[in-house]
Amino acid sequence: MKTGQNVVIKGTKDGLTLQLNDKCAYNELIEELTEKLDAVTKDGQGALITVSVQTGNRYVTEDEKEALKSLIRQRRHLVVEEIKSNVMTIEEAVRWKEENEIVSFVGRIRSGQVLEVPGDLLLIGDVNPGGTVMAGGSIFVMGALKGVAHAGCYGNKQAVITAAKMMPSQLRISSHLTRSPDRYDEEEITESECAFINEADQLVIDRLQVLKYLRPDISTFKGGF
Amino acid sequence: MGEAIVITSGKGGVGKTTTTANLGTALALQEKKVCLVDTDIGLRNLDVVMGLENRIIYDLVDVVEERCKTHQALVKDKRFNDLLYLLPAAQTTDKSAVTPEQMKKLIDELKQDYDYILIDCPAGIEQGYKNAVAGADHAIVVTTPEKSSVRDADRVIGLLEKEEGMAPPKLIVNRIRNHMVKEGDMLDVDEVAAHLSIELIGIVADDDEVIKSSHNGEPVAHNPNNRASIAYRNIARRILGESVPLQQLDQEKETFLTKFKRFIGMGRS
Repeated sequence: MKTGQNVVIKGTKDGLTLQLNDKCAYNELIEELTEKLDAVTKDGQGALITVSVQTGNRYVTEDEKEALKSLIRQRRHLVVEEIKSNVMTIEEAVRWKEENEIVSFVGRIRSGQVLEVPGDLLLIGDVNPGGTVMAGGSIFVMGALKGVAHAGCYGNKQAVITAAKMMPSQLRISSHLTRSPDRYDEEEITESECAFINEADQLVIDRLQVLKYLRPDISTFKGGF
Repeated sequence: MGEAIVITSGKGGVGKTTTTANLGTALALQEKKVCLVDTDIGLRNLDVVMGLENRIIYDLVDVVEERCKTHQALVKDKRFNDLLYLLPAAQTTDKSAVTPEQMKKLIDELKQDYDYILIDCPAGIEQGYKNAVAGADHAIVVTTPEKSSVRDADRVIGLLEKEEGMAPPKLIVNRIRNHMVKEGDMLDVDEVAAHLSIELIGIVADDDEVIKSSHNGEPVAHNPNNRASIAYRNIARRILGESVPLQQLDQEKETFLTKFKRFIGMGRS
């Protein structure tokens, strides 16, 4: 990247990539970006082009991101696909970590108690009727789930709920909800089960074995054995 | 220095007051000095079950507000020689008349003079519950083998487990009707205990004699032959640290026919 060239536009087969200099002042950057976009899109009246913005080591706040997006969107046929930055604040990093870690808890969730974690939850114990477990990610219960479990409670539809004994009063994943049958025959439940949202956008319960194919991302283990 | 045990359940009508009266009686029969404290202010009835209603002069609120000395409010049980006392609740005011701090102070004071203080907790988990639990070192949760009662017991156990300085709560399954359990119309003791997963300290059969004795103001634990009475006495012995096996509930009604069936290997053993 040469000096005086704060914005580099590259065309790829996936669309445009805008590389923004991370050393110059933000104002200069916006000025130059406006100029260049004007030059490039003067006669542009074609198909939609997706744009990926790379800000390098510059920290871009949410407001600045919005400003960049609207600046680009003003050119009618440009669509912002993503804004990539190499840096994030400590706050964001902590949140990212929390949302991506598994929190484990040993004990029993009793009636009236609510256990909520931002990431995945590993519960070593039961959830009694009237108890609630909530997680931003998936919920894994190493016992009987008899209460309410809400996975993906911030909207993650990929989240799943597993239990050694699946007999919940209610299951929720993201904004989907199922209610239990009015009666359980405890003897009938012999194997672990999992709940997830299927391709038809329905919350279903199936054998635990299907999870491997439906949500391979749950495995974080790398390598062979 | 004595032990303070709160008897609670969450749900009303499962037998907290009856249990308190009978455990108090059974402990006194074991030569322990016992004080029963009724914290159900406004809806007191431990005094009625104990048959001591007409002897009340001062009550819990009078003690807490220092209108009398603690010993002046204590009602002595006429059936024991200086072993069993009752501190009755006030009937004219409500639960907000007392704070948990005041209760703790009172219970600590009583612990100096008595071996066991049994605190009868009101139903619910509000102010009255908080008062009752404040001074207690141990808790006994009473439940019947009904879903609603077990659900409330579960809630209360959750709250008790959060209480600081409180030993893990113990469980009494009360009012078991054996014929209904056998037919699957009622939860059995093992199911209840497994669900709540706390130590079971006793099981009490549903017996008409319990209601009759409450009606007469004479706790059933005085009767040495009744099965509910024996159950309460066994619980008292377990509180004292003895190891007593649980009662077999179905032994009582063994008829010739069931004996014969078992003999030839047809019946359930």
